[in-house]
Amino acid sequence: MTSTVAIDIQKIAGVVPRKRNIEIWLLFFAFGINAFELAQIQLSTIEILTFDILSYWAPLAVAATVLHFILRKKASEADALILPAVVLLNGLGIAQIYRLDLATIAAGGTELFAFRQVIWTVVAIAAASAVVLFVRSHLFLRRYVYISMVVGLVLLISPALPFIGTSINGAQLWISIAGLTFQPGELAKIALTVFFAGYLVTRRDSLAAVGPKFVGIQLPRARDLGPILAIWAVSLLVLISQRDLGTSLLYFGLFLVMIYVATGRAIYVVVGLGMFVTSALIASRVLDYVGGRFASWLNPFDPTHYDAIGGSYQLVQGLFGLAHGSVLGTGLGGGVPQLVPLAESDFIIASLGEELGLAGMFAILALYLLIVSRGLRVAFNHSDDFSKLLTLGLSFVVALQTFIVIGGVTRVLPLTGLTTPFLAAGGSSLLANWIIIGLLLRISDTADSRERNGVSGF
Amino acid sequence: MNRELKRVVFVIMAMFVSLMVSTSTIQVLAADELGRDPRNVRSVYDSYKTQRGSILVDGTPIAFSEASDNNFRFLRVYESQMYSAITGFFSFYQGATGLESAMNSFLTGKNSSQFFEQVNALLSGNPVTGASVELTIDPEVQKVAWDALGKLKGAVVALDPTTGNIIAMVSKPGFDANRLAVHDGITSGNNYAELLADANSPLVNKAISGSLYAPGSVFKVLVAAAAIESGKYTADSMLPNPAKFKLPGTNTFIQNSGEGKCGGRPTVSIADALKLSCNIPFAQLGIELGQNAIREQAEKFGFGKTVDIPLRSTASVYPKNMDDAQTAMSAFGQFDVRVTPLQIAMMSAAIANNGKIMKPNLIENVVSANLSSLFAPSPQEFASPISQSTADAVRKMMIEAVERGVSSNARIEGITVAGKTGTAQNGEDDPYTLWFTGFAPADNPRVVVAVVIEDGGGRGQAGRGNTLAAPVAKKVMQAVLRK
Repeated sequence: MTSTVAIDIQKIAGVVPRKRNIEIWLLFFAFGINAFELAQIQLSTIEILTFDILSYWAPLAVAATVLHFILRKKASEADALILPAVVLLNGLGIAQIYRLDLATIAAGGTELFAFRQVIWTVVAIAAASAVVLFVRSHLFLRRYVYISMVVGLVLLISPALPFIGTSINGAQLWISIAGLTFQPGELAKIALTVFFAGYLVTRRDSLAAVGPKFVGIQLPRARDLGPILAIWAVSLLVLISQRDLGTSLLYFGLFLVMIYVATGRAIYVVVGLGMFVTSALIASRVLDYVGGRFASWLNPFDPTHYDAIGGSYQLVQGLFGLAHGSVLGTGLGGGVPQLVPLAESDFIIASLGEELGLAGMFAILALYLLIVSRGLRVAFNHSDDFSKLLTLGLSFVVALQTFIVIGGVTRVLPLTGLTTPFLAAGGSSLLANWIIIGLLLRISDTADSRERNGVSGF
Repeated sequence: MNRELKRVVFVIMAMFVSLMVSTSTIQVLAADELGRDPRNVRSVYDSYKTQRGSILVDGTPIAFSEASDNNFRFLRVYESQMYSAITGFFSFYQGATGLESAMNSFLTGKNSSQFFEQVNALLSGNPVTGASVELTIDPEVQKVAWDALGKLKGAVVALDPTTGNIIAMVSKPGFDANRLAVHDGITSGNNYAELLADANSPLVNKAISGSLYAPGSVFKVLVAAAAIESGKYTADSMLPNPAKFKLPGTNTFIQNSGEGKCGGRPTVSIADALKLSCNIPFAQLGIELGQNAIREQAEKFGFGKTVDIPLRSTASVYPKNMDDAQTAMSAFGQFDVRVTPLQIAMMSAAIANNGKIMKPNLIENVVSANLSSLFAPSPQEFASPISQSTADAVRKMMIEAVERGVSSNARIEGITVAGKTGTAQNGEDDPYTLWFTGFAPADNPRVVVAVVIEDGGGRGQAGRGNTLAAPVAKKVMQAVLRK
């Protein structure tokens, strides 16, 4: 009991919790690296340091510090590694977008993204702070399970609606209201994760029930296949209406993993994957756009795909960029990542791979793995099943999205229209992913306190 | 649920491992290949950031980068058209060819052998300086070969048969690579268009690539080697010797070049047929041997394969699925047999080097800016197409051809030369392609040459290999032997 008592005394005495101290030092480290990146970019491109750096560096640093202090007050036992890792990625993204802006300016262009990204970063961190402040308990969201479903579905379908739906680069993933474009699918993934977690927690026993046996395999009962069919239908609808394989893979993959963890029945995954692969293959035959992406994926260097409009030009230029980076990269500002179309958003990872090399790519992958593994750790330690499923879902959705995007750029999968979490230019993506971080931080606070209580009786 | 969670962790690990594999594949394993893709302009951009290495012959630069005060920090300069086929050109607008392309990673300092210099450069902020490439070419021999061809169109390859090192490689006409290296895009583009449109194709290295040539009678050396290597023939095996020969299954007659019998007897030996370069005995020998035996022997000599010296040679061709008439024609190097001068030099090199071909090579050494050697290829065996005894037998025939036969213009006083001329027909009214290949001294060869002259050397169907190609080869061999 001594340790519990000791910690309680610390709290009463207002002593700073250990985790937050670790966090603030790691944050300082991340801020330092972010500043270093910006400085190197200026030195290697415009060959002079200017105060502009501050406007790209300070907002993230200040916002993250504010979030840190909110955590001190409201969730002092929250995970200490997640926030610094995300700040590193977000800062690296801003730096690289700024670097591409400098190239655009040098070429006489006017379409700049970095400052917009800074503003969205502040908005997104504010949203994450709000989550930490107002989601008071890990059970809070359970009250909104069915509202989440409705919100999620509306968001998901909205790009296909007339008037507000907008198509960019062939994929219909955006809505446009009053001149502002937004990718609602990003927010939908949070709402749907909440819904899946709530739904599966209540239904897990019936879903896990054993159905008829077929050649030695225990099938689920026919009526339990309802939800999987429904989600499959929605994914298919997304695929057809928005013409993006990545988005539909993201939601469907998320659901399969969550239903597997909730029920412990691998048959759902097998059946679900079979359904998805079949429908994706059919879509690649029937839908020109999806078929084109498949063909570009399989034979990107073939001149017929390379020269086709919407063909493999972008993919191949991205590969050239990555290859140019080789092991150590050209150094920030030393490459020519602006040769790849959409280098600041869809292909930010190719820009970073060119300038930071394989070493940098592995570091970026390691940061994502760190964030995901800290999230999964919360899932492991939490005794509440809803929180367990929710944190699993939120962590997995980050992992899966990273896999789909980087896999698309590096030819593991066909290229899709998803964005790289925290790095790519784009407000909706930043906002949604920071909200996920807010939720993970909030839930990790209660997870670790339970863990502490659980081991206190030594 | 934690049991399932653990499995999900494995799935996530698998996803990230696959990303690590895919990025490693692209950024390390396939990086050089992607860097060479002509659609990838990054290597060209890069090359203007650092001082590109020089290409050197005997310590003297033949292509080098000079500091320049405009946006491109360096201008590429070429010393002489004599080397244009070897160096190729390096142009911001037109890309790179020749060694400028094949050795690009070394010249730009991007080769993986310069890893530590690259780390150093990354830390210090100073760019890596490109490495210099020293060639095996001997400038004096190169000059002799260049001058000997004079205004003729064609190519010369001279190599050391014991090492494969290329001593001279000339392709005529050459071009002025400086005209493409200029920093002004419009000038460079116009010059390039002009060179491309030139009917004499100056941009093509005729020694190794471009349109292949019919070998004519020099191919008889290969057929003679195939016959002896088969074990069924010796140099003295007798072949029928009619004055005219009707190609099987056709109404076409072929003749010897003298339009008579080959030596005046009813039969003739393989050695004499080669010495006098008679078509009819070889046509019959070809049919007897069969196209498959000839093709197998040709492939052992390197037909059907490209060679990276490191310039990539075009593969020479011995046709497939021929009827007897076509096989007969192929045996004296006509029909659709097509070769590069390099391939013909490699064929002679096998005879000269006791049956072994050493891999042809242009690179003596690659030296980094801090003078450490990055790459110095050692002689490598390319193939062993014939036995030593076959090589000896064919060598004797080739000595006879020069010393007492129709390849007389390659004779050098006091030195025994082995060789064979060729005068290949093209279309009905088209000018001939003239050849000589051989080596000297015949008993201890120091140099193998192959000379090709296009368009009958300007004399249409009156040009002969012995009158035009053999003297060029003689001068080149003499230049090597003087040393």
